[in-house]
Parts: sequence; C-alpha cells; structure tokens
Amino acid sequence: MSDPLAFSCPPSEPPTLIVHLSGQWTLYDSLPTIHDVERQLERMPSLQRVAFDAQHLAQWDSSLLAFLLKVQELCRTRELTVDLTGLPHGIQRLIALATAVPERSSPKRVQPRESWIAAIGTLVLSILDRAQHLLQFLGEVMFALGRFVRGQARFRRADLALLVQDCGAQALPIVTLISFLVGLILAFVGAVQLRQFGAQIYIANLVGLGMAREMGAMMTAVIMAGRTGSAFAAQLGSMHVNQEIDAFRTMGIAPMEFLVLPRILALTLMMPLLCLYADLVGILGGAFVGVTMLDLGGLQYFQQTRQALTLTDFFGGLFKSLVFGVVVALIGCLQGLRCGNSSAAVGMAATSAVVLSIVVIVICDALLTVLYDILGI
Amino acid sequence: MPHSASRSNHAVPQIVVDHLTLAYGETVIQQDLSFTVSRGDIFIIMGESGCGKSTLLRHMVGLDRPQQGDVFYEGKSFWTVDAATQARMMRRLGVLFQSGGLWSSLTLGENVALPLQLYTRLPEHDICELVALKLALVGLSGFEEYYPYELSGGMQKRAGLARAMALDPDILFFDEPSAGLDPMSSRLLDDLIVELRDSLGATVVVVTHELESILAIGTNSVFLDADTQTMIASGPPRVLLQECPHPKVQQFLRRRAPV
Ligand SMILES: Nc1ncnc2c1ncn2[C@@H]1O[C@H](COP(=O)(O)OP(=O)(O)O)[C@@H](O)[C@H]1O
Ligand SMILES: [Mg+2]
Repeated sequence: MSDPLAFSCPPSEPPTLIVHLSGQWTLYDSLPTIHDVERQLERMPSLQRVAFDAQHLAQWDSSLLAFLLKVQELCRTRELTVDLTGLPHGIQRLIALATAVPERSSPKRVQPRESWIAAIGTLVLSILDRAQHLLQFLGEVMFALGRFVRGQARFRRADLALLVQDCGAQALPIVTLISFLVGLILAFVGAVQLRQFGAQIYIANLVGLGMAREMGAMMTAVIMAGRTGSAFAAQLGSMHVNQEIDAFRTMGIAPMEFLVLPRILALTLMMPLLCLYADLVGILGGAFVGVTMLDLGGLQYFQQTRQALTLTDFFGGLFKSLVFGVVVALIGCLQGLRCGNSSAAVGMAATSAVVLSIVVIVICDALLTVLYDILGI
Repeated sequence: MPHSASRSNHAVPQIVVDHLTLAYGETVIQQDLSFTVSRGDIFIIMGESGCGKSTLLRHMVGLDRPQQGDVFYEGKSFWTVDAATQARMMRRLGVLFQSGGLWSSLTLGENVALPLQLYTRLPEHDICELVALKLALVGLSGFEEYYPYELSGGMQKRAGLARAMALDPDILFFDEPSAGLDPMSSRLLDDLIVELRDSLGATVVVVTHELESILAIGTNSVFLDADTQTMIASGPPRVLLQECPHPKVQQFLRRRAPV
C-alpha cells in the first residue's frame, strides 16, 4: 500500500507544494506526523502555496481533520496560502466550522507561574479570606439562633423532627456496636496489666472513667462526623449545585434558618444523648470482659463502677459531646454551603467535612481536657 | 391584595436596571447595562450562549451582588436597602431556574405549598386548594404527590413555574424556559407565559434564544454581546429585526451563520 502522505512539486506559478493524502486516515491507524510536512516545507524555502490531492483517500475521520488544521496553522506562521479545494467536501466544511469562531482569549486567563514569595502571599490571603468567611458564617448562625430563640425563625418543624430521628434513633445501632467494642478494648488493655497485681476489679474504674470522661464523647463525635456531618455537607452541596439554595433565597427564605438551623439544633440535641448511651454501652462492654474472662461478679463490677464514677465525670463527658455536636454540625453545613458547582465539589465538601470535623474535635478535646484539669474537674 | 396600591402606580417603570456591571470575582462578564422594563412587558434577554444572560438574571433577582450599579423595583433601590427589605422585595419576584431548581426532597405539592406555609396564615386546607390550582394552571393537576425526579424535564420546568407563581409575584423571571424541550412543549410554554401575563397582570422577564418565542411573545428586549461585554441593542424584538443595523443582532434574529 502506498504511503498515506506524499509530496510532489510540479512546476507551477506560484510555486506550489501538493500534499497527496491516500489510504486510511482514522484514529486507529498509525499516522504520519506534522513534522513530515514541516521538514518538507523547510526543504523548499521558495514555496508560496500549499494544495491538497485526496483522490486516493479511502477513509478518514477527525484525525485527518486535526492533521489538516495543524498544516493550516503551520502555513499561517510561514505565510503560505492554503488551497483546500482538493479535499473532499465534508472535510472542507468541517474545517470551516472548526475555524469559524476565533479562539476565546480573555475570560479564562492562564495563571502565570508565581514566585514563592507571591505564593506565600496568596496563601496568607486565602487563609484570611477563609477566616472571614468562617466568621461571617458563625455570625449568621448566631443571628439565626437569636431569631429561633425569639420564635421568629422560619423552618419546617417536620424537617427538624426528621433530622432529630436521623441524628438520634437511626444512629443507635452503629453507636452501640462501636461503644461496646471500645469498652471491651479498654478492658482488655487494662486487664493484662492489672491481672499481674491481682487488681482485676479496677478494670471497672478504668473502663468507667475512660468511657464517661473521654471515649464516649469522642467515639460518638467521630461516628457522627462520618455519618451525619458528611451527609449534611453532601445534602447542602447538591442542593447548591441544583440551584435549590438559590430557589430558597429568591423566595426570601434564608438557607441559614431553613436548612442550617434545624441541622445544628438536631445534632446538638442528640449528641449528648448518644454520648450518655455510648457511656453505658461501653461500661457494659467492659463488664462483659470482666465477667467472662476475669471471673469478676456482675454485681461486684457494677458496684465498683458506681464507686469509681461521680456525676461530674459524666457531665464532663456530656459537655464535651455537646461541643462536638456543635462542631460537627457547623462544619458539615459550612462545607456544604461553600460547595462549588460540580459533582466533584459535592464529594470534596463531604470529605473535607469529615476530615476537618475530626481534626477540630481532637483539638477541642485536648483544650477541654486541659481546662478540666485546671478547674479540677 | 396588599400590593394592589403599588400596581396601580403606572408612572414608574416596574424595573430599572441602572449601569449594572456584572462580575464573578475579578472576571467582568458584562458592564454598563441600563434598561427599563415596563409593567406588563414580556421582556427578553437575548444573546449567544455564554454571554452572561443567566448572570444578568441572577443579579436582577438579587442572588449576586453587582460590582457596580443598582436595580430599582417600582422606583425603589434594591441594593442600598437592608436585608429584611431586600427579602421582602425578593418575595415579589418569582424565578424559574435554568435547571428547574425544584426542592428535590419535597413532593411537587410541598414545593408549591412551602412558600405559602411560611408567608401566609392560611389554614392547611386552603393551601391545598391553592396548590392544586397552581399545578392545574401549568397542566400538572394530580401530580401533588410526585417527587421532582419522577417527572420529565418539561414537567419539571412547568412545576418550577407553578412554584414561582406560588406567592402571586408581580414579576416572573424565566431562565431558558424552553431549553431541552421538544418544539411542541416549548410552544405550549410560550402560550402559557403569555396567558399568565395576561391573566395575572404580571410582568415577565425571559432569558431565551428561542427565535420563535422571541419574535412571537417578546414586547421588549436587550441584546448582550460577549465580545464587547455590554448590551449592543435594545427595543422590541420585531423592531430590532427590521431596523437594528448591528450585524450581530441581525445574524442572531435571522439565524444566519456568521460569515
Ligand atoms: N459561577 C461562575 N463563576 C465564574 N464564572 C462564571 C460562573 N458562572 C458563569 N460564569 C461565566 O460567566 C459567563 C456567562 O455565563 P452565563 O450567564 O451562564 O451565560 P448564558 O448567557 O449562557 O446564560 C460565562 O463565560 C461563564 O464562563
Ligand atoms: Mg444561561
């Protein structure tokens, strides 16, 4: 079979290069590159015109079109005229179509590479910008809360009830499983050490204090960040993409009151309840290990737990979980409302809601623990 | 109706757009737009795709703050008043979004009922009747219990229209109402728009590039141009067709390919 690309230069005025195209020019064939044409043009500096001969062209698709556009571009830079009349009609029309609208230069500007100093500056500015957004968001939430307290907030009570159900009752199975296992793990870890001194009974203290002061609040917060915080972000994010949030705003309905407020209320109300439940289930998990593996009596275990724990321990944990509830709900809603306009942005909003929530939860936990220590709680 | 007093005030144009500059961040989309919309107009915003028609609509209904300029409704500035007044003014506008924008977690009935529940003290029974009426107006009676995802694109558009009319707005905004509809449905939608304008006495602002609709129902218009980033013509579309010398407008209205 002949070469798909060949050149000839019959004597003519003005001096013309004829490009012969033949055979198959499809995306699935290996095709000549534009460099062949470039080399040919370099070899003949006196050329003024390029024409085409496509008599033996069998099959073609957009690969040929792309090739021809490149040839055209090449000729433009070398100031050669291009004669397309030798090409099939379809190709001529497609080329006309592809070159009809000049390339748009302005709106999507390419960012020039920044020096590292400028990059640091941009970073600082973006952090400041985010901080401002965060403050504005918090301010709006406070405002909405104020209206709620005065009974002026507009949202559907049915929505709140559904959210409470979702943040509360429907989270029970997973909270049960995780807390039971955490209590069990705490007991195991302690058992190995305490058995050496015959002090197994103090497992009850370890598990009880661990769950009530720390792990109950922490584990429910992490679970709720993964299951509810991310759901908030995804819901609000996809509502944003669908223009549903815009629809609320044009109706004069503030998304902050209608969407964010019930979510924050629901999660903040349910979190301490879930935490209390997690504490109890965790203690049960510890008792399970104590009774089945350490030969402690059930009654003995609970008596020991009651002696070890004070109400203050419980309230310390519950207060933490209240804070965590606010954190998870706020971050979930914030990420959802800030979401961009694509499905990828919705995914990112959900992910960043979880990651950011967990980071902030751990930081808050550390701060509160230090604070409790100073206050002697 | 509480706003009947303002409706009778015919001296002031319903909407005045005053030297509006639209931008996303630093990127200016359109600048120096000025035009007025009179009561009862079907006002068309036209131009090639990507020139900023939807952006202009978003700025007119108060979703985005203009970089410069202001919009006046019945002579009252929109962007210099406080948020509460803005919200009250926005409630007088009904918007049908390009993608419908129906609340996907609510049924059609709830979509239409929600604004009524929030802003009126009507008993539930009356609201149900109003919802049925609005849905019947757009040819969707009996679809109260359907969720938006259970409807075809054209039905979603019409449902969005029913919701936009929920609070009996003075001005209805439509963003490409017939985009993605078959010619038959889009003709019906045009008829519906005219019908609603006549029966409700509302003013209508439509973003569209459906040539037939523009010439058939438009009583006034602006033409936005992406290259010069401003409006290059305004006036009744049929007059523009006859008299506007601008080649781009002629190309657009006569659907000639650019030469
Ligand atoms: N959220 C956004 N952020 C940045 N640029 C945008 C955004 N939305 C639209 N644009 C740009 O604004 C211009 C006008 O868009 P649009 O108003 O949607 O056009 P149309 O006239 O087709 O409705 C387009 O060039 C688009 O790229
Ligand atoms: Mg648009």
